[in-house]
Amino acid sequence: MKAFSALLDRLVLTPGRNAKKQLLADYFRAVPDPDRGYALAAIAGTLDVADVKPKMLRELVMERMDEELFRYSYDYVGDLAETIALVWDNERDPPPREAEPALGAVIHSLNTAGRTAVRALVRDMLDSLDASGRYAFIKLATGSLRMGVSAKLAMQALSELGNKDATEIEALWHGLTPPYESLFAWIEGRAEKPELKSPAIFHPVMLANPVQDGDLDGLSPSDYAAEWKWDGIRIQLTRRGDLRRIFSRSGEDISGSFPDILDAITFEGTVDGELLVGGLADKDLQARSFSDLQQRLNRKSVSAKTIEEFPAFVRAYDLLFRGEEDVRALAFLERREALKAVLSQGAPGKFDLSPLVSFSSWDELDRLRQAPPDPVIEGVMLKKLDSPYQAGRLKGPWFKWKRDPHTIDAVLIYAQRGHGKRSSFYSDFTFGVWTEGEGGDQLVPVGKAYFGFTDEELKVLDRFVRNNTVDRFGPVRVLKANKQEGFVVEVAFEGLNRSNRHKSGVAMRFPRIARLRTDKLPADADRLETLKAMIEA
Amino acid sequence: MNPEALLRPMPQGLYCPIGDFYIDPVQPVPRALITHGHSDHARSGHGAVLASRETLDIMRIRMGEGFCREEQVAEPGKLIDISGVTVSFHPAGHVLGSCQIKVEHKGFSIVASGDYKRSLDPTCTPYEPVRCNVFITEATFGLPVFHHPDPMQEMEKLLQSLRQFPDRTHFVGAYALGKAQRVIALLRAAGYDRRIYLHGALVKLCDYYETQGVDLGDLAAAVSEVKADFRGAVVVGPPSAFTGVWMRRFADPLPAFASGWMMVRQRARQRGVELPLVISDHCDWPELTATIRELAPEEVWVTHGREEALVRWCALNQIRAKPLHLVGYEDEGDA
Repeated sequence: MKAFSALLDRLVLTPGRNAKKQLLADYFRAVPDPDRGYALAAIAGTLDVADVKPKMLRELVMERMDEELFRYSYDYVGDLAETIALVWDNERDPPPREAEPALGAVIHSLNTAGRTAVRALVRDMLDSLDASGRYAFIKLATGSLRMGVSAKLAMQALSELGNKDATEIEALWHGLTPPYESLFAWIEGRAEKPELKSPAIFHPVMLANPVQDGDLDGLSPSDYAAEWKWDGIRIQLTRRGDLRRIFSRSGEDISGSFPDILDAITFEGTVDGELLVGGLADKDLQARSFSDLQQRLNRKSVSAKTIEEFPAFVRAYDLLFRGEEDVRALAFLERREALKAVLSQGAPGKFDLSPLVSFSSWDELDRLRQAPPDPVIEGVMLKKLDSPYQAGRLKGPWFKWKRDPHTIDAVLIYAQRGHGKRSSFYSDFTFGVWTEGEGGDQLVPVGKAYFGFTDEELKVLDRFVRNNTVDRFGPVRVLKANKQEGFVVEVAFEGLNRSNRHKSGVAMRFPRIARLRTDKLPADADRLETLKAMIEA
Repeated sequence: MNPEALLRPMPQGLYCPIGDFYIDPVQPVPRALITHGHSDHARSGHGAVLASRETLDIMRIRMGEGFCREEQVAEPGKLIDISGVTVSFHPAGHVLGSCQIKVEHKGFSIVASGDYKRSLDPTCTPYEPVRCNVFITEATFGLPVFHHPDPMQEMEKLLQSLRQFPDRTHFVGAYALGKAQRVIALLRAAGYDRRIYLHGALVKLCDYYETQGVDLGDLAAAVSEVKADFRGAVVVGPPSAFTGVWMRRFADPLPAFASGWMMVRQRARQRGVELPLVISDHCDWPELTATIRELAPEEVWVTHGREEALVRWCALNQIRAKPLHLVGYEDEGDA
């Protein structure tokens, strides 16, 4: 438990991705099975632990200290788990806790203790751990372990243990269960690749690279097919016998949010596609915008009314399995033919095939992607006709070529420091545009951006913030911004949604600072009306 | 005797009407007794200042010659008579030269402990318990959440990180007086013998510690603009340098912070600290409560910090106690 709690302590405070990866890899190297496997599961969110209620923890700590002293402590610390972890020893000097229980043993005893035994077990556990161990234990036992590490990053750390590819690990991952001993054995070269037990698992998806200058030079348009790039969420549908699943692009099981789609998977196999809300091509109904789709995302359960108002459907891109047959090695066009046949067995009205876009030159395609026929299209995809389905982001077989982002000129209003490497720079900016207010024009915030600029540009921005702060609220600096004085930036973004939560009524998707417009005065920046008109369009 | 007749809180600081002097006054006064050299306790502009030799030296280094009109050295443990009040200075174990001040009149005594601690510190004389009728204690870390670990364990954390991230500059934030020197001395005690780099703000005080026989090993000012110089090095500087432009000279700096506040994760997160080192120059909760039990005074006065919790603890243990509302001391001061 000691190594695990020390790892958590470091991870939550480490912003850098590489540093996190190293902390994880070092931990996996140093800690034996099954503890490291349980730690991996805890980090990746695949660990099932019997739930301990905060109420019980509170009662346990009240057995040993004055309520008023506890309240002072809780008020000061702010987090219940941390308060209990810190006050547990109260006036005692912490006793030496050389022999802390192992993580695996902790999880095993939690999961096997009966309802009545849990109380005494938790008390003993808190007694046998130090403050950092208690914190980790409480977070584990209450199921609220968040440490800013994605499963993907954990897998990249795993790949450093042996010479195994992270995508290969990811492919196995969803078919294995904690404590993943067979996975570690294989990565470290001590055993064969583990056999997967569950058939309805997530398969890592194939991703595309953005088209950059010169990428298409020398490539022949006739070797590629083009499809519209739909603005929904990429998903993977799987059915094996009675098992049906919908996974997000990263392998998260999102079946619960889309029972309407789940029921409609009447075919056998694994399909790659885009989840959208609205109509279907074969019914001549247009797909609806991303903000409508958002009504369906991140829900554990979904009401019949929501399903009716925001009906989901899947626009299919590709086929990975036809029944139980792995077709990933086939060429794109062959898979597409097979996909057509599979979809025809699906429930009607819930699936259609993403149409191909015909083109004869890159210039023609360039024009098409800039002016797509549907607002829910964000560009085109290029897929090499003979490309097999390969997990990961390989350069060459697939490209994405997005329509150019929208841009506006905005004025910087607030700035905050960045994190990690950027902690000495003001690098997080809130920007605004003009709108008519009481007493004339005023700036209304429309978004936040913390990237897009170069290191050199960051220095310029940072200097501006340091020299033009007019007020401070905690870590936030208020910047000088009026019609004549202030900093104008060109903000690029992917789309606009209507928003009730923002004062301006608009929310930007994926905003970044594209250019510094030191040549412009704040008076020249855009107006809120311009943005609102972009939503209508 | 009514203790307030001997010492009472005034806007200027703790005042002794019989001897007509103040302890750690926050405004200029004719006669001041100073417990230690931290800037919220030791200020310039007083008439006469009575303090330990080290504290006077430190005040001179920080504020320049002429920080007061007249200096008087208090030898440790020696009785000094001020208009019929007997005053004596006793080690507080907080920083070099720090003292508790005992004030006695007609057999009744009050000890103003200033800031004090009881854990390991190779850079100053350890705390000495002093019997008294009234004990004035600080409460900077006066909450049951604070259990400062063995400082050598924290040093091990730093050494471990240096091994794990040999290319990153380990920047240790530490207050200029006391904490910085203690961290360096502890790091030496843990076996680290490479050169340690200093922010300019620490140089004079580190030099002074060395003249007082505190060996800090190989030190150099961090002045080079060449990033590679500091790769894998330990750099010690004031916490305020964290977010300053000064930090940019270092290769992929890993911010560490030596402070008792680092006990609380959110505190570390707010400051952007990656490696919290829980090293405090104040007592933690078990030390505060153990000290009060050990001294068993008739009454406890609690000042700067979380007075209410320690007063509550005293009440639960049938010890008379009250908060002493003194103004002008930094609540956040964990120097």
